[in-house]
Amino acid sequence: MKFTGTDNYVTTDDLNMAVNAAITLERPLLVKGEPGTGKTLLAIEVAQSLGMPLFEWHIKSTTKARHGLYEYDAVSRLRDSQLGEEGVGEIRNYIDKGPLWHAFECEEQAVVLIDEIDKADIEFPNDLLQELDRMEFSVYETQETIKAKQRPLMIITSNNEKELPDAFLRRCFFHYIQFPENDTMEKIVKVHFPDIKNKLLKEALDVFYSLRDVNGIKKKPSTSELLDWIKLLLVEDIDEDAIKANASKAIPQLYGALLKNEQDVQMFERLAFLSRRQG
Amino acid sequence: MFVEFFYELRDMKIPVTIREYLMLLEALDKNVCDANVDDFYFLSRAALVKDERNFDRFDQAFGTFFRGLERRSAEFFDDAIPDSWLRAVTQRMFSEEELKKLEKLGFEELMEELQKRLEEQDKPHSGGNKWIGTGGTSPFGHSGRNPAGIRIGGEGGGGSATKVWKKREFRNLTGEVEIGTRNIKIALRRLRKFAREGAADEFDLDETISSTARNAGLLDVKMRPERRNRVKVLMFIDVGGTMDPHVKVCEELFSAAKTEFKHLEYYYFHNFLYERVWRDNRRGRSEFVPTWDVLNTYPSDYKVIFVGDATMSPYEVTEIGGSVEHWNDESGAVWFQRMIEQFPDMVWLNPESQERWPQTMSTQLIYKLIGGRMFPTTLNGLDQAMDTLRKRNATNLQSIRVH
Repeated sequence: MKFTGTDNYVTTDDLNMAVNAAITLERPLLVKGEPGTGKTLLAIEVAQSLGMPLFEWHIKSTTKARHGLYEYDAVSRLRDSQLGEEGVGEIRNYIDKGPLWHAFECEEQAVVLIDEIDKADIEFPNDLLQELDRMEFSVYETQETIKAKQRPLMIITSNNEKELPDAFLRRCFFHYIQFPENDTMEKIVKVHFPDIKNKLLKEALDVFYSLRDVNGIKKKPSTSELLDWIKLLLVEDIDEDAIKANASKAIPQLYGALLKNEQDVQMFERLAFLSRRQG
Repeated sequence: MFVEFFYELRDMKIPVTIREYLMLLEALDKNVCDANVDDFYFLSRAALVKDERNFDRFDQAFGTFFRGLERRSAEFFDDAIPDSWLRAVTQRMFSEEELKKLEKLGFEELMEELQKRLEEQDKPHSGGNKWIGTGGTSPFGHSGRNPAGIRIGGEGGGGSATKVWKKREFRNLTGEVEIGTRNIKIALRRLRKFAREGAADEFDLDETISSTARNAGLLDVKMRPERRNRVKVLMFIDVGGTMDPHVKVCEELFSAAKTEFKHLEYYYFHNFLYERVWRDNRRGRSEFVPTWDVLNTYPSDYKVIFVGDATMSPYEVTEIGGSVEHWNDESGAVWFQRMIEQFPDMVWLNPESQERWPQTMSTQLIYKLIGGRMFPTTLNGLDQAMDTLRKRNATNLQSIRVH
């Protein structure tokens, strides 16, 4: 069982290696990288291409580690007991399983996506150490221990908002998704828009990379923004000469897809104005 | 077999542990990678390095170990060629007009141009062994024989993975953070004081049980608000002048503080506190807030943190009209005293190294004014400062209880 990318997800050799190492050794894989480089998509594609079930756990700032395991709904149990509902005696009926529990129960090996782990409290990763290591936890309410039937593949993404604790890092494989270079990017775009004209693609990529190279830009456009932009260009049926002519004189057409920051747009307008005056 | 490699990495100050080394061996044992160097490079990087900032150093260590390269001598090659140095060379090589034209290009293109220019040069620069040139044995330049050479432009790597670690793609990510934001946050965390406030959305088991019992067994669900961090902090940050070298530390401290407290207000001042401060540093000190307003706005349970190097002329602290920026009708010391009276929990964080405090008269003055509650911006200093802020609070509470 080897992961080598999919039809709609272009990978690099080092990413494949990291994923395969994590699968073989049954250790978590931590993925970092600029926003919009496909970190979250990786888990979805891995699950799809290897035919494994996927359980997603999206982290918010208020998420606690135990939310991933289970939650005991004491309030509805109390209410039901007042109403004399059936099954109140069975505490199991009031335990909501979290994504990790579901994954542990799975007969086949599953993929668990822990998305944006850095959003949570700074101690959150430490609270998960035991679960990640032994792939088991105990349910306090029922005094039972849930052990993974098949150790799931954990794919954890981080946006680098907080630094993660060393103890947590030591247990993971690590991969940093680098911003794709021109030829990888060409492949990625072609996967999404197979019919795109080569010339248009080349011009669009030129504009895109020159935009990323501008010093002092606040939010660099990323892969997903490039794809949005190309989609717009195709829908509006803008031809490559128009992009080219525009790029040297003014801000690119439909720039709204690429520049998401008011200051960036302003800076660009200023630069364009200067180049017009000189030209 | 790879023990030496492991120590090579540790020598390069990459924080690898035995656990990670064993993980790598286990992966090799399970045939995760084929017997070729590229695969091994990818696998060992994924297993041993957990921070993209260390990728560059890993590449160097990998190169050293597997190519049997001489470790580059520290003083010369410490961190490849600094960009500034290359830029300086560029300036020597091009005329001013050309430079202006080139400025529009990115760094990469600039280097390409530089290389072209170097190729056009007279013979003596080619085949030399000292400086940038072509075909020489110098570590810089291209087509040279030095395997550790830094390629400037040239025909590029052609995408072959064998050279990945030689390309040192991750150079830009290397960054030494002495006290990382994580450490600062952990220190600031000591200040946390939890209290329940806001919407009641958490189930209160104990209260529900006792209330239900009092209700003769009829269920009476009680909810309570979630515990939240209730520490309120005012930060005053010195900007400009002598503080410029410390900007980075302050920014880190600030970004850490921002996420750690629910109530955090911040003001800026220049050198010392006078009758006015400002809120938005970018606005160029045009919108002032009178210090009286600050004193009257915030209740005295706010904790106050001053950040400043306390390095100035002593007159700026003690004298009327001592400020370097404007005429102040009352001396800084008077304003500072008012602040101390309003906010009993107050510390001063000083990014200047502690050894230099006794030599600076103004630092000594402020140190005395604040009653010794001045701390360096090291981790220890932060810890002590937070302890002080917390403990003073505890003693205050005790004295209230006694009365």
